Amino acid sequence: MFKKSLIATALVAVGASFAAPAMARDNLQIAGSSTVLPFASIVAEEFGNAFPQFKTPVVGSGGTGGGLRQFCQGVGANTIDIANASRAIRSAEVESCKKAGVNKIHEVQFGYDGIVFASRADKGSFALTPRHVFLAAAAEVPQGGKFVANPYTRWAQIDKALPDQEIVLVIPASNHGTREVFEEKVTHAGCNALDEVKALDADGKKKACNTLRQDGRIIEIAGDYTETLARLQAQADAVGVFGLSFYDQNRDRLKVATVDGVTPSLQTIASGVYPVSRPLYFYVKGEHIGVIPGLKEFAEFFLTEQISGAGSALESAGLIPLGDSERAKIVADLRAGKTVQ
Amino acid sequence: MDIQQAQPNPPAAASDKRRVRVEKSLQRRHRAERRFRFIGMSAVVFGLGMVALLFISILAKGLPAFWQATVVTEVYFDPEIIRVDPRPVAQPGESPAQLREREMAWQTQVTMVNWNRILEDSLIAHLPEAASARPRVRQLVTSGERFKLRDMVVENPGLIGQRAQLKLLADANVDVWLKGNIDRSLPDAQQQLPPEVRAWADQLYERGVIQMRFSTTLFVNPDSRGSLASAGLAGAFVGSLYMMLIVILLAVPVGVASAVYLEEFAPRNRFTDLIEVNINNLAAVPSIIFGLLGAAVFINWFGMPLSAPIVGGLVLSLMTLPTVIIATRSTLKAIPPSIRQAALGIGASKVQTILHHVLPLALPGILTGAIIGVAQAIGETAPLLLIGMSAFVAAIPGTPFDQSTALPVQIYLWQGNELRNFFEARTSAAIIVLLALMLSLNAFAIWLRKRFEKRW
Repeated sequence: MFKKSLIATALVAVGASFAAPAMARDNLQIAGSSTVLPFASIVAEEFGNAFPQFKTPVVGSGGTGGGLRQFCQGVGANTIDIANASRAIRSAEVESCKKAGVNKIHEVQFGYDGIVFASRADKGSFALTPRHVFLAAAAEVPQGGKFVANPYTRWAQIDKALPDQEIVLVIPASNHGTREVFEEKVTHAGCNALDEVKALDADGKKKACNTLRQDGRIIEIAGDYTETLARLQAQADAVGVFGLSFYDQNRDRLKVATVDGVTPSLQTIASGVYPVSRPLYFYVKGEHIGVIPGLKEFAEFFLTEQISGAGSALESAGLIPLGDSERAKIVADLRAGKTVQ
Repeated sequence: MDIQQAQPNPPAAASDKRRVRVEKSLQRRHRAERRFRFIGMSAVVFGLGMVALLFISILAKGLPAFWQATVVTEVYFDPEIIRVDPRPVAQPGESPAQLREREMAWQTQVTMVNWNRILEDSLIAHLPEAASARPRVRQLVTSGERFKLRDMVVENPGLIGQRAQLKLLADANVDVWLKGNIDRSLPDAQQQLPPEVRAWADQLYERGVIQMRFSTTLFVNPDSRGSLASAGLAGAFVGSLYMMLIVILLAVPVGVASAVYLEEFAPRNRFTDLIEVNINNLAAVPSIIFGLLGAAVFINWFGMPLSAPIVGGLVLSLMTLPTVIIATRSTLKAIPPSIRQAALGIGASKVQTILHHVLPLALPGILTGAIIGVAQAIGETAPLLLIGMSAFVAAIPGTPFDQSTALPVQIYLWQGNELRNFFEARTSAAIIVLLALMLSLNAFAIWLRKRFEKRW
């Protein structure tokens, strides 16, 4: 008797949980880039407060790649509605989305972010150039006309003006969109500017620029910037790659490096003088518009001047706002239902 | 004489030798014992020292976070600023849906009021010199407090035109500054707040307008990113509570039933041996694997919602099941066969024997096992990360199907927050809450055991 009722209780409980898929979701589910996460979370909170008829969206992390993978899993209440990305979606990702039935991908750019190099506040100041970073990070560097295994162990060996500190570079792992920008704007830029590299063919260039040294001086971080900061606390000489907003909130512990002589700030990034910046995006699943309540409203709310414009909460959190004409075009594209092909 | 002397001598020498050897060996064995005891003692001291270090560092970091900088000020609900229509009331012939819609529109209108201005006015009353720098004044109070004013008006529109004495949370950076969690001697460029805001904060703190007050924020608010000072644990706590309930409802009955069957009814053969080995193996499976299973089976296959406590509860139930089965079986084994024989001897059936005699006697052991299993489950983080419970959720979940986080995951999230100076203390405070919950669960288990324990 007792046992039977126990089993019955268990069965009822399991049965109740199977009823779950029948329930439609009534709040937005967002995932992706950890750079975008703080911004999207603030917007989600504001959205929940401003629209009492919609529930507060839920914002997950997982990196740009992870978020887009979830996004492209398919259509339905158990897949996410919005993927945050700190780089544009790749064509391979669009393909995998289409295979899973996600055909209407709306791309929304909502601002810019700067990527900064920072070292511990109690250590030397760095004035870096893409060339310095490439020479510190590459597996092979040109010397005397041919490529040799990277001999540099201290920054001062690369350039006398740099502090005499061990080379340890803490960079985001490839699951982060930040990594792509780091490579494109810094290491590749520094690499392609070298005369020895210019002389190579396309394959040789690719190999020379893409191969990072494997002797432990490059540390890849798969987690978030807090982990990078913890690395800097453990290895005093290390230089880390951060988002501008993260650096901004930890100015007491970090010292920012200039790149090409420009100090990163909201102004220098917005004007494009600081070279290492990138647009931030979120991708909206068109199939879910009208099915999951609040999706369209959220996307438009995100783009309003009060939320992501100059003087907004997102700007004080470190976002570099869009220009007025850019914003107008992006809102128009979103309203017109333009999709990524 | 010679003989007399000579005779006892050789045996005396031999016994002396033996005695010396025995004494030596005794000394050696005593030394070995002392060494062994010393090693054991130092292991205990080392272990306790580590635990003490952990607790002291967490308490030292976390306890101050329970007291937050709070602005105690009079707020005037200025009707000039709060220009809103009267709250909609049901009109004859209006359907509830229509009324709800008008109510929503009204709430949106109330939200759009410039609440910041009201907060600024209230602060400027204390700081007349700040009247020209309104955006700076706003940095004193955390941005979420404007919704507190809104909620007060939505609840009671009669407040408009009134004055009220309110306790408003100061901004996270003000809290950091006043507590000295940021080096106060750093130059302006490395400070989070502009110099005038720092001066105002000090001034107001001296005058008692800003006080360090015990804050319930941590317990009653869900997580927040827009207004860091109002981030709390309530959402995570409720999420953990739902998961605990699911574990208790699923793992305990299923676990006890299987243990009773295996121990009391099942025949001993290769098949039950196999089951037993597998249950023991299951108990040793790393928890992250249960998370992968949960993501693959419950979410992708059954289509259950992402980040929901129901999925977390199911995953944790699977994880706790072997613990409950093993604890229950060992309790059942410890009950003397004489109890069963006596019951069977006076004519009870097998089921009666178990239900009337064996299970009641085994209850304290079963409960202890179950509670320890549940305590282990609520401390689990890894499987929850894999089913999406690490998302940012700014609401308290209403049902187990709503998205939510859990206490240990919230600790993980806070430890990753950008504003390190504020969240280092907050994270430790969250750890204190989780530890307190665990310790009270374990204390409850000990109490149950003491209360119902039978000796034979």
